[in-house]
Amino acid sequence: MHFRAFLLSALRAVTSGGRRYHVWMGCLTAVMLLGGYAYFVQASHGLSVTGMNDHVSWGLYISNMAFLVGVAAAAVILVMPAYVLHDVDFSQAVLIAEGVAVSALVMCLGFVTANSPGFPWKWWRLMPVIGLLNWPDSMLAWDVIALNGYLVLNLTIPFYILYSHFVGREPEKKKYVPFIYLSVAWAVSIHLITAFLFAAPPSRPLWNSPLLGPRFLASAFTAGPAFMILLLGFIKANSKYPVGELAIEKLATVTTVAAQINLVMLFSDLVFEFRFPTHHSLSARYLFFGLGEHHALVPWIRTAIALNIAATVVLMAHPLRRNPRWLMPACATLFVGIWIEKGIGLVIPGFIPSPLGEIVEYTPTWVELCVMAGIWALGLFVLTVLVRVALPIELGHARSPYLEAPPPARGVRPRSTRPRYEDVRPVRTR
Amino acid sequence: MSDDRTDESLERAADGTVLQKRVDRREALGLLVGGLAAGAAAVSACTPLNAATPEERELKLLEWEQFTQKHYRRMTAEERAETIQRLERLAKLHYNVDVTIATTDAVPGVLFGYAFNISKCKGYRRCVEACINENNLDRRADTQYIRIFEKDKGVVDLNEADATFQHEVPVQGHFYLGTQCFQCANPPCVPVCPVGATWQEPDGIVVIDYNWCVGCRACMAACPYWARRFNWDLPEVPPEEVNPNQHYLGNRARKQGCTEKCTFCVHRTRQGRLPACAEACPTGARVFGNLLDPDSEIRWVLANKPVFRLKEELGTEPRFWYFTD
Repeated sequence: MHFRAFLLSALRAVTSGGRRYHVWMGCLTAVMLLGGYAYFVQASHGLSVTGMNDHVSWGLYISNMAFLVGVAAAAVILVMPAYVLHDVDFSQAVLIAEGVAVSALVMCLGFVTANSPGFPWKWWRLMPVIGLLNWPDSMLAWDVIALNGYLVLNLTIPFYILYSHFVGREPEKKKYVPFIYLSVAWAVSIHLITAFLFAAPPSRPLWNSPLLGPRFLASAFTAGPAFMILLLGFIKANSKYPVGELAIEKLATVTTVAAQINLVMLFSDLVFEFRFPTHHSLSARYLFFGLGEHHALVPWIRTAIALNIAATVVLMAHPLRRNPRWLMPACATLFVGIWIEKGIGLVIPGFIPSPLGEIVEYTPTWVELCVMAGIWALGLFVLTVLVRVALPIELGHARSPYLEAPPPARGVRPRSTRPRYEDVRPVRTR
Repeated sequence: MSDDRTDESLERAADGTVLQKRVDRREALGLLVGGLAAGAAAVSACTPLNAATPEERELKLLEWEQFTQKHYRRMTAEERAETIQRLERLAKLHYNVDVTIATTDAVPGVLFGYAFNISKCKGYRRCVEACINENNLDRRADTQYIRIFEKDKGVVDLNEADATFQHEVPVQGHFYLGTQCFQCANPPCVPVCPVGATWQEPDGIVVIDYNWCVGCRACMAACPYWARRFNWDLPEVPPEEVNPNQHYLGNRARKQGCTEKCTFCVHRTRQGRLPACAEACPTGARVFGNLLDPDSEIRWVLANKPVFRLKEELGTEPRFWYFTD
């Protein structure tokens, strides 16, 4: 009864809205359809319609996957303070962070699917018992468990909390807090495992570095919070949701510190690769300077570094960081910079030159670009839906109609800190 | 399930006009509808219900059985026999060729090893040619397991070598070095596979169950010798050029979207014959044999010649040595 009401209320929340909302969702749907068409072309014709080849056997898809695992993992930056350390400033923003994690994971799984030949039906072979999951040997098998497990955690915890609020109950701590602890550890491990996927085999010197795991984490804790600042800023400007000034400020601090650490690690990598270049530095040389007439990635990585440095410098200046007019563009710049650095600048050059020294460059085809756009649109669509459902519940507007008495004034976690709202005007939708 | 497609969609895939054509909006809509229709066709290809002719019905049934077949190493003897029968029938239906697919297991007391004489190789690439024919390698993508590198004398670095040379050989002042899968004793490509579709056999050969492979390409990223190839397209071999003497783990028809690699010609060597590359070499640069047999030629080479292996520092322990006279 309550559950049906929850679903109906969720459906109402995502289907009603102002014109801007509908245009936004319409555009996302259009891009998703385009991506779906491109994926259909790829799945039925084969991966030969992509720019990948025997030399560069992973391309744009795995690049995006590596980046988005980081965005998903970054939810821990809010989850840990909000639930474990009881930081009052993050108590509202944390649900949004979990929504970001879910949509990033949906995109990750989308990119893994796109990277696989044909339609994904053959994946029954990954199921234990009926198939054969090569665990614990295969790092990819670990990643399958890590990504899906993290997705389940980030779906169920917020759902439990939202649903409890919806039916006018206080979520019981002993029911969800153990899973919070699990998800904190899980967040770090999804990204480390993804890094080890690249770093573990000795075949690709560019990846085979103990710094890769920490670098992945640093860049994740830069790009993830940067995106959340943008999203929270948007929510704050367009709804009555009490995001909290301090939440954004604290996130900005985290982003700044992580961006600095990321640059330090980049610098450390550069010294390692170029102070005394060996044959193992060839991929790095290709990436940063080009080898002979091959230098397709040089403009990309230089742009990425320029963007990262510029944004980090802006964030390091306190007055600029505290001013949304500087903070928001800086976060957007950082997000794009990390996306290039970690996606295009890490996965693809690992394959160039090949282990036998041959240089074959990689250019994505229109199919790959359309599929990529489609998956990003899918992620943003999922994120919009989740936020759209969560906000009215957290604002106290959406409540089960079967409740006998009006819901008691209750708090989001942690209980004592939640502001109470007497004002029950409907959400401003425009 | 990219391998389970109707002939119509195969044709569509072969000519590729959908991809290269410039389209206006109206045509694009038509293509979309066509795409949906082809999608429906692809789905129906997986269900053996609505086939027209008995032969088509059989083909669809066989393809469905192939899609659901077990991992090779988990099959019972009967299941193996059934699988082989199915694959042979599919080869007949698809390519109209009669093939024999063996499942010969590794011979006890045999561990294969290979040695390559860089003083003798002249870069004729007869081995490459023999390999293509013997292993039914994809002619469309021009897949090759063997790379022959032309190198300046005095330079061992492969980065300075050229594997794409197209001129008369041998060239003065150069030497030639061939690579292929080295069947490492400690293969980095094997543990990375998420579905265990690749493993090392007791005779040292690293093999792939092409039907079990899901095409993630983790093994390709993990191989330090660039030994693995991927079927980006449906592989094509003219029916008259198909080598009918096949092995399940070796040169049988590969499906689209799986990896493949040199198996030291498992279908030949388990019958006591030389790999095709060793047999084809006109200079005698290739020495192949049983490492456990103290009287084998390969053991003599390892005992009496200066030998080295590529990237030995990685600890992969290739069973492929280079030596000089």
